[in-house]
Amino acid sequence: MDRDECRARLERARQAWEEKLKQALEKMPERKEFKLDSGIELERLYDPFSLGEHDYLERLGYPGEYPFTRGIQPTMYRGRLWTMRQYAGFGTAEETNERFRYLLKQGQTGLSVAFDLPTQIGYDSDHPLARGEVGRVGVAIDSLEDMEILLREIPLDRVSTSMTINSPAAVLLAMYLAVAEKQGVPPEKLNGTIQNDILKEYVARGTYIFPPRESMRLVVDIFEFAGKHVPQWNTISISGYHIREAGSTAVQEVAFTLSNAIAYVEAALQAGLEVDQFGPRLSFFFNAHLNFFEEIAKFRAARRIWARLMKERFGAKNPRSMMLRFHTQTAGCTLTAQQPDVNVVRVAFQALSAVLGGTQSLHTNSRDEALALPSEHAALLALRTQQVIGYEIGVTDTVDPLGGSYFLEALTDRMEQEILAYIQRIDQMGGAVAAIEQGYMQQEIQESAYRYQKEIESGERVVIGVNRFTEAGEQPVELLKVDPAVGERQINRLKEVRRRRDQRRVAETLQQLRKAAQSSDNLMPYILEAVKAYATMGEICGVLREVFGEYRPQVAV
Amino acid sequence: MPIRVLVGKVGLDGHDRGAKVVAQALRDAGMEVIYTGLRQTPEQIVEIALQEDVQVVGLSILSGAHMQLLPPVVELLRQRGAGDILVLAGGVIPKDDIPYLKEAGIAEVFTPGTSTQEVVSFIRRHFPENNN
Repeated sequence: MDRDECRARLERARQAWEEKLKQALEKMPERKEFKLDSGIELERLYDPFSLGEHDYLERLGYPGEYPFTRGIQPTMYRGRLWTMRQYAGFGTAEETNERFRYLLKQGQTGLSVAFDLPTQIGYDSDHPLARGEVGRVGVAIDSLEDMEILLREIPLDRVSTSMTINSPAAVLLAMYLAVAEKQGVPPEKLNGTIQNDILKEYVARGTYIFPPRESMRLVVDIFEFAGKHVPQWNTISISGYHIREAGSTAVQEVAFTLSNAIAYVEAALQAGLEVDQFGPRLSFFFNAHLNFFEEIAKFRAARRIWARLMKERFGAKNPRSMMLRFHTQTAGCTLTAQQPDVNVVRVAFQALSAVLGGTQSLHTNSRDEALALPSEHAALLALRTQQVIGYEIGVTDTVDPLGGSYFLEALTDRMEQEILAYIQRIDQMGGAVAAIEQGYMQQEIQESAYRYQKEIESGERVVIGVNRFTEAGEQPVELLKVDPAVGERQINRLKEVRRRRDQRRVAETLQQLRKAAQSSDNLMPYILEAVKAYATMGEICGVLREVFGEYRPQVAV
Repeated sequence: MPIRVLVGKVGLDGHDRGAKVVAQALRDAGMEVIYTGLRQTPEQIVEIALQEDVQVVGLSILSGAHMQLLPPVVELLRQRGAGDILVLAGGVIPKDDIPYLKEAGIAEVFTPGTSTQEVVSFIRRHFPENNN
């Protein structure tokens, strides 16, 4: 049978089916209109007609090959599973170190450090604004000594460590390098990631310190320094996660993230770096939300767009610069305080979408996160969820098992179009930094968040346990309690460190850092020296605050 | 006269989705809403509340520092002779902590899953004379 005949038969079959469909719809009308959060309306059915003139090599290609739609490695999870990386950290460095060693013993394959808010905003634990926050949402790091304790007995040449740190990323990276040096591990053997994505802090996450321009300089300084000295290190994790948590749609999540990525690439090029020098070390971080197929299509579309951007717009030659490597976390904002056990199921589906979307590493949320910080038991169950996906249900046995699905491919194409339209709009505004300064991304996210909430309240969007299938009474859950004396213990150690160290060396290194900040020197070597002298986070960021000033957002609701 | 509400973020966390959604819902319900932005100290919240002459202060916090940062707001308002301002809180706040916060003068604590309409009704019930 030749192609035309095949096509004609298919068309006849489709028409016949549509005839029958009419009767079926008369008997049983459909439940509602079906659309995605991004507003994309869904067809009743996807079939070969949905894909149009589908050029396999142009749109999909083979895994490990441009445009990487089907994944960035040729064997994907047949070779190695994703890195199971649970974000953890609380209290003092001792407690977090203990949790890390426990997680590694349980089969976790990478570390992910959560820092407390004072650390993330560059304040020492005894700063007035740190009141009540020390060791709360993560571990408190005031000086190199805390970092030494945090990483005690952890083989830095064998684990990869991800650090969720942005504005003071340079300081934490410097501390990590200093600890590695003490452990005798050479910097070229270190594996890990710093988040270092300041733009999304202004948009969605909120732990900014300095104004955008100065912050971008720090980002580029890290690219340059790490490129030379810590070549395996992921110098940035450009994050859509928090944009989505703040309420964006899936399309906005990827569009804003890639727009931010474009801004980083442009800043680095402007500073004289080569695209293939830093491109391979850029990494990404996305959210795995509730709509299963929308999420899978999102990951695949993001990979294709990034590959094309890097190749066509920035002239990358190295395929590694074109590969969008990403970490995924399940959507914390979808977890409910009501019937918290149900969250285990939500997380499992979200995690599965990340795996089917080809993630490189994954954090699964704990079921108790709408109630408190995760308890050890809940965090372990979350890790076990990943292990079930990886080892028991067979979804890792073949590469991109959903590739070629009419629906998924059509959806991937459609999301790509929508994302590109947003990126173009932001380009026209003068790029991500300008769009952020004008409050454009913030406003878009806020509107989506409000719409989402109204849909829940009208019942149009079902949330089990909240607006449907509710239960009176509550399930008892054991929650993590952070010891309220943590702050005091941390402050005592900080005072002790300040007393013991060589004060002259601290003053000198800080003075040199100040001078460097006023010049256009790369700041990393100066920060490294200050860190090694046991200058504290607050002192180092204090110097930079003096020189750079602080960011004051325009508040509009 | 519309009810005047200050929506404030105390503590250092940047989770302002809830604060902004509530602010917008209160405004849609006809109230006058001022939003402080992130990282306010209890002292700053009280200063703005007095300056803006609000009847309600809604505090959002998801960092876990609520036990340290919420009671001082009520305390400072009382010291400044503004103990009649209704102080509400919202965020990830464990149930076990709520009795302490209420005893400290927080009128109500809204946890995840609360509808914005519950917040609107709660405020309206307190100010029947402002009919909006």
